[in-house]
Amino acid sequence: MVEQKRRIEEGDQLLTSIADGPKYILRLFVSGILMNSIRAIRNLNQICELYLKDDFKLEIIDIYQQPELATDEQIIVVPILIIKHPFPERRIIGDLSDIEKVLEVLILR
Amino acid sequence: MISDSKMAAITAKLTKALTGIKGFDEITDGGLPRNRPTLLCGNTGCGKTVMSMEFLVHGAVQFSEPGVFFSFEETVDELVTNMESIHIDMEKLIREKKIYIEYLESGKSQVAQAGRYDLEGLFMRLQNAIQKVDAKRVVLDSMDALFYGLDKEILRTEVKRLFKWLKEKGVTSLITSEINEQFVTKTGLEQFVADCVITLDSRVIDQTTTRRLRIVKMRGSGHGINEYPFMIDGAGVSILPVMSQMANQNLTNNRISSGIKDFDGMLDGKGYFEGSSILISGSAGTGKTSIAISLINETCKNNMKGLYCAFEESTSQLTRNMRSIGLDIQPYIASGLLKLYSSRPTIQNLELHLISIQNIIEEFKPQILILDPVTNLMSEGINSEIRQMLAHFVDFLKSKNITTLFTAAITLESIKSNPSDEGISAMMDTWILVRDIELNSERNRGIYVLKSRGMNHSTQVREFVITDEGIKLLPIYVSPHGILTGTSKLEETLRQEEERKLFENKIKIREHELEIKREIMENNISLLKTEFNAELEMLSQAKMERNLNNEALETGQKEITELRNNINSSVEKSKHRNK
Repeated sequence: MVEQKRRIEEGDQLLTSIADGPKYILRLFVSGILMNSIRAIRNLNQICELYLKDDFKLEIIDIYQQPELATDEQIIVVPILIIKHPFPERRIIGDLSDIEKVLEVLILR
Repeated sequence: MISDSKMAAITAKLTKALTGIKGFDEITDGGLPRNRPTLLCGNTGCGKTVMSMEFLVHGAVQFSEPGVFFSFEETVDELVTNMESIHIDMEKLIREKKIYIEYLESGKSQVAQAGRYDLEGLFMRLQNAIQKVDAKRVVLDSMDALFYGLDKEILRTEVKRLFKWLKEKGVTSLITSEINEQFVTKTGLEQFVADCVITLDSRVIDQTTTRRLRIVKMRGSGHGINEYPFMIDGAGVSILPVMSQMANQNLTNNRISSGIKDFDGMLDGKGYFEGSSILISGSAGTGKTSIAISLINETCKNNMKGLYCAFEESTSQLTRNMRSIGLDIQPYIASGLLKLYSSRPTIQNLELHLISIQNIIEEFKPQILILDPVTNLMSEGINSEIRQMLAHFVDFLKSKNITTLFTAAITLESIKSNPSDEGISAMMDTWILVRDIELNSERNRGIYVLKSRGMNHSTQVREFVITDEGIKLLPIYVSPHGILTGTSKLEETLRQEEERKLFENKIKIREHELEIKREIMENNISLLKTEFNAELEMLSQAKMERNLNNEALETGQKEITELRNNINSSVEKSKHRNK
C-alpha cells in the first residue's frame, strides 16, 4: 500500500515537473565511497553545465542512503544515470567519462 | 535422511552445511562447504533453481538457518507458484521471515555504457536482504544474467569481489550458472569459485530424460567423483545415494528361510543370510516369481515387513496367481506387512525407478525386498551404467541390512551372448539358477545353487514342482546317464530292473560252470594221489633193498680185517727172530 501510494505520488510529481519543469530530469545512483561513483558525479556535473544549461533537474542518490529506492529502481550496477525525461527512460552505466556516448544517449542525437 | 549420530558428527566438524536434499549430504560427506560459495552449473531445465531453493528451505526449516534467494530470472510470484509443485509453502516461509526472495531485473531498459562501473548495487541489496532475515544461506540464481550486456573484464573482477564478500559475510552461498566447466576454467572464474563446483546435466537417452549430478571440485574435503543420477518429483530433488566406499554393513549370521523347506536344505539347511543379495535367474516360466513369493510369504508369516516390486505383473494379477499355488498374500497386504509396488519400466528409467523404490524403502523400512524382474529395468539405457547403478543400489540395500531377492531372465547361455549380464551376478551373494530340463517331450524344472557366499551350499541339481501347496523339491535321482526327472525316471527304474535280472542269470550260469570244473578238479586230484602213492611204495621197497645190501657188506669187511690182522702179527714175530 505504502509502496503504491509512493509510486502514484512520484508519478504525479513527474507529470507536474514535465508540465512546467525542466526538460531533463536525471537521477544518478552512486555509492559515495567508490572511485567510479565519485568520477561519475564530477563528469555529470560538467556535462550538465556545458550542455544542458539550466534546463535540467539532477538528483544524486547514494544507494546505501536510500536502499529501498535503489531496490525499486532495480539498481545492480553503480554508478548509473537514469534519464527520466525526456521519454523514453534510458539508462547509462559507468563513470560517464565517455562524454560523446553520454551525450548521444542523453540528447538523443 | 541422515541419522542423528551421523549428523552430530558432521556438525561437530563445522565445515559443511547440510542441504537436507535427499542423497546430497551423503555424497558430499555433509553438504556444502560452510560459509563458502559453491558454483552450481548446468543447462536450462536441469534443476538448478529447485535444488538451490531446496537448499534454502531445508536450511530454514530443518537447520534454523534463514536464507536469501536472489532471482535474476523468475519473479517472486513465479517462484512461489513453482515451489508449490514440490509442496513448499513459500508464502508462509516468507511471512515467517525464514526466507527472503528478491527479484533482480537486469537489463530493464536499454542500457548504454560510458566508462567504468561496479556491482555495488548488488552488494548493497544483498547486504540489505541478509540483514532482513539474518540469513545464513544465500542463493544467486543465476549469475549469467549479470553477464548480459556488461563488460566481461569488469565483471570478472566484480564477481571475484562478490565471492570474497560472501565468504566474509559468513554465509553459505550457492551461485547457479548455465556456464559449463570449460567456461569457468577459461574465464579464470575457477580460481575464486574453486571451493566447490557442482555440475548438473540432463540428457535424453531412449526418449527418457536422465538427470545427472557431478561434484567437480570440493576443496579440502572428500567427495564422490561419480556422476549421480537424480530426479525431481513431488517430493523435490532426490539423488541416488551412490556410496563412495563399500557399504559399511553390520553383518549378521542370522538366516532367513526361503519359505521352501527342502530348498533351505540346499543352503546349509538354514536358508539365506539376512541382509544378503540373492539372484534367481532363469528363462521365462521357470518359477522365479513363485520362489520369490515363497520368501516374502515366509517373511510376513514371521511378522517381518516385505516390499515387492513387480515390473511384469500387476499387483492384482500377482495376488491371484500366488493364491493358485497356495500362497495367500492378501492378508499381509491388508495388515500392512507387505507392500506391493508395480510399475512399467518404460515410464521411467532405471535410476528413477531405483530412486522411487529407495524413497519407499526409507519410508516403509522393509526387511525383505524383491525386484521382479530386475532385467526389465535393464532394457533402458546403457549396460555399464546400469551395472554401476545397480551395484550402488545393492550397496545401499546392504547398508540398510535389507535382504534383497532379484529375479532375472538371464541364463548361462544368455551370458555368453551378453557378457554384461554376468556383472549382475558378481554383486550378488547368492546366485540360484532355475532351468527347464527338456527330455522325452517333457518339461521339468530344475533348481541349483550356483554360488552362495559364506555357506556350505549344495551343488546338486534338484527337480522341483509347483503344487497348490507351494513349491516342493523332489527326491534326488542320479544315474550313470545323468540326472533324471519325470517319467524318464520311471523308465530308468524299469530298465535297471531288467538289467538286474539279466545279471542274476549270468551269475547262475557261471556258478554251474564252476561246479563242473570242481568235479573235474577233484577227479584229477584223486588220480594224482593214486599215482603218488604208487611211487611212494616203490621208493620204500628200494630203500629196504639198499639196507639189506649194506648189512651184507659190513659183515664181509669185518671178516677181511680180522684176517689181515692175524697175518701181520705172524710176520712181525719172524722178523724179530731173525735179528
